[in-house]
Amino acid sequence: MEKYLYIALFAPLVSSLFSLLFTATPKKLFTGIVASLLIITSLISSSILLTHILETGEPIHVTMMTWMQTGGLYIPFGFLVDQVSVTMMMVVTLVSSVVHVYAIGYMDHDKGFNRFFAWLSAFVFSMMILVMSDNYAGLFIGWEGVGLCSWGLIGFWFHKESATWAANEAFIMNRIADLGMLIGLFLIYWNTGTLQYDGAFAAFHQLPTATLTWIGIFLFIGAMGKSAQFPLHTWLADAMEGPTPVSALIHAATMVTAGVYLVIRSHELYSLIPHVGLFIASLGTFVALFAASMALVNRDMKRVIAYSTLSQLGYMFAAAGLGAYWVALFHLMAHAGFKALLFLGAGNVMHAMKDELDPFKMGGLKKVMKWTWIMMVIGSLALAGVIPFAGFFSKDTILEAAYSGNHMVIYGVLLFTAGLTAFYSFRLVALIFHGEERYKLFGVHPHEAYRFMLVAMSPLLLVAIVVGILQTPFFDMVEEVLNGHEYHIEHTLALIMLVGTQLFVGLAILYAYVKYANSKIKVPDGTSKIENSFAYKLLINQYYIPYAYEEYIVKPYRELSEFFWQKIDVKVVDATVDGIASIIYNTGEKTRDMQSGNLSTMLRWMVVGLIILLSLAVIFGFTVKYSGV
Amino acid sequence: MEIGLNHYLVLSTILFAIGLVGVMRRKNLLLLFFATEILLNAVNIAFAAISHYYGDMTGQMFAFFIIAVAASEVAVGLGLLIVWYKRHGSIDLDVLTTMKG
Amino acid sequence: MFEAVAFYLFAFLTITMFIITVTTSQALYALTALAAGMIFISAFFFILGADFLGAIQIIVYTGAVMALYAFGMMFFDTTRSVKEKQGNKFIITGLSTLAAVLVVLIVGAPMVSNNIVALYPTIDGMGNVQNVGLILFTKYLVPFELAAVMLLVAMVAGIVLAGKKMDRSITLTNDAELEIEKNKKVLS
Repeated sequence: MEKYLYIALFAPLVSSLFSLLFTATPKKLFTGIVASLLIITSLISSSILLTHILETGEPIHVTMMTWMQTGGLYIPFGFLVDQVSVTMMMVVTLVSSVVHVYAIGYMDHDKGFNRFFAWLSAFVFSMMILVMSDNYAGLFIGWEGVGLCSWGLIGFWFHKESATWAANEAFIMNRIADLGMLIGLFLIYWNTGTLQYDGAFAAFHQLPTATLTWIGIFLFIGAMGKSAQFPLHTWLADAMEGPTPVSALIHAATMVTAGVYLVIRSHELYSLIPHVGLFIASLGTFVALFAASMALVNRDMKRVIAYSTLSQLGYMFAAAGLGAYWVALFHLMAHAGFKALLFLGAGNVMHAMKDELDPFKMGGLKKVMKWTWIMMVIGSLALAGVIPFAGFFSKDTILEAAYSGNHMVIYGVLLFTAGLTAFYSFRLVALIFHGEERYKLFGVHPHEAYRFMLVAMSPLLLVAIVVGILQTPFFDMVEEVLNGHEYHIEHTLALIMLVGTQLFVGLAILYAYVKYANSKIKVPDGTSKIENSFAYKLLINQYYIPYAYEEYIVKPYRELSEFFWQKIDVKVVDATVDGIASIIYNTGEKTRDMQSGNLSTMLRWMVVGLIILLSLAVIFGFTVKYSGV
Repeated sequence: MEIGLNHYLVLSTILFAIGLVGVMRRKNLLLLFFATEILLNAVNIAFAAISHYYGDMTGQMFAFFIIAVAASEVAVGLGLLIVWYKRHGSIDLDVLTTMKG
Repeated sequence: MFEAVAFYLFAFLTITMFIITVTTSQALYALTALAAGMIFISAFFFILGADFLGAIQIIVYTGAVMALYAFGMMFFDTTRSVKEKQGNKFIITGLSTLAAVLVVLIVGAPMVSNNIVALYPTIDGMGNVQNVGLILFTKYLVPFELAAVMLLVAMVAGIVLAGKKMDRSITLTNDAELEIEKNKKVLS
């Protein structure tokens, strides 16, 4: 089994290195094919590992080599494949396989074709390290690795200034959070003397609650950055500047869920500190509502999906915070499937519409893009939580967990958000695929995506449809590791809740269709009544949070930097350095006259030098004589 | 009055100083050579005196070699001087400024 | 007594001659004064019992070196008085004195502390020439031979430099011109 572990881990690395060889050359189709095949190899190995885990229930734990060993510090490159990490491996490899194949078509006309695959595979490798590591240090390597690859992929079209800006924003936001995570790791090492999961978890039971709380908070700060939770959420929407397959893989399915994975992985820590867990759950609930509200009005197709990602991450944190780790992991898995599907569908639409992102400028695409329409509708149904698609099972379980934990506020907010989710997802579908064919005004001739891209997306379609059925087997698999339990609510009550939720969601969907699928929709021009309302302005401007950051953090920081630059750097540091240089320069300028080429002058200088040397000899002689030696 | 080593050393010093003055003030290359001869002779006196007062032949040996070196120096130096004079028509030091940096 | 009188007399004469050498504006005066100074210096050698050194001083310096200078001067236009543009005289004198004092200080320091041992002591009952010969051809044989070679080299250099056709320098001629000359020779 170790063999498959190494194959699963290193196939993406090989793929990345292979593509790296061709980054400087023009597009070569085979780099995409080789990369995709290697990722699929990784997927197959992960599946074999999954089968093994399902059959035996025995985690696979290998230590490849020692990374560092100094004094009491021992950090190996160790890898652990247990029920949790194998789930993540499956998610990562499945989505990345799909995205790799899809990207062969999507990046067809791009100059950076080979470079794209190098980055993408490097990302998969980092993500695999993140999920497979058996210690926090290895997790941190992967954590930073995905951050780097995310930076490279958001800024993939680096000639666009907005893309580089977004890449830097994402990277810097993540760095702020990573500092918190790093402090958390230091605290863990300081208090337990190890960074191995098993050793640290065992030691946590002996630690005082206060220490555990600090550790939990700092680790969660790291998770907040990576999973774009409030207040570090702004980067995720801007990260949509990257190519759409990147958004599907990194900013929907895998990387942003790393924070959730961290909390799930550290569940033994968080189950000891339920108050921090409650905070996490509250923050998650808040973000779910907050992000969903922004998605209601946004006019950028990808940003809407990004906000829904944010909202769903909030759901996951809510579940994890309430101790329902397996539910969080299940929702993560299901979400990865349908969200990647939505993104890739959006990618098809973008391709068809020549990179147009405003759904108001589309409409009626159903006729030309039948398959994409079907996939987007199913993805949206799954996202909205309509029975029997994936989202229903996972999201409903989260609601049940909130309800049975007697957290009625959380339950209420999450339920309301579910309605919002349904509304904005179908607003998007209605605007893009139904109604008038508004795109004709802009002279675009949309076409369906390549056949193989649609085929590549089909596994995700399957996941979005059937994964809900796997809830019970999944629970059986992970319950041992995550100490989970099923949530049982009284039968009639459960039925009422189910019907109520479905009705609510159904009404939201209906309302979205009625409002946006009719023929009266025009491209908004900023004159309609709703666009001038306060609520609309608040939401379209993302609650003015980016402005606030710009105004109250970035600008003062820039002014401070400018102060340091103008006053400290230029006037003190530079002046010192320049002063030293000018002293030497002036000395040279002055003593240049000595080199007049006149022998007589030179002889005079020679005598001066002779005197100096002789004086030194005399002084030295006297020093030796009278120093008592 | 007994003449001691110190007398000779003082004399040597005076002659050395005169030689240095010559080296520094002469602008004519030939006369510069004269000044260097004075320097060498001043040192020779000191060597001979030390050799005498300490009953050691080493000083005299050094004086011999200095004389030999001085003779060769004159031969080569004068030759170069003549060459220079033929090419430039002057042996004034102030004209010799081709090494000006 | 005789020794003291001789020392002071010759010291006075030597210093005077050398001062004339470095100050006079006539090259011929300088040459003559230098030659006289050299002969007076040989007197010190005789006083110090270094008879052989004294003889050498007269022969080499007054005979050979001075004759060389005299011949050398024939090449130059020495009839016009040498112009001496002076900087600060005090600087020159001060520097010279300082240097001389320092040299004496360094040379004299070991003697003051009396830690000098004769390396090759003079052997009593032998003349100075015998002593010199003994040391020169035993302990200093290699330097002596080297000095001989050096003198030979100097002689050759002197002849070559001052010899015929020295109005053109090989080092200052560029390669192309040399090549042309060589071809001319071959053709002729």
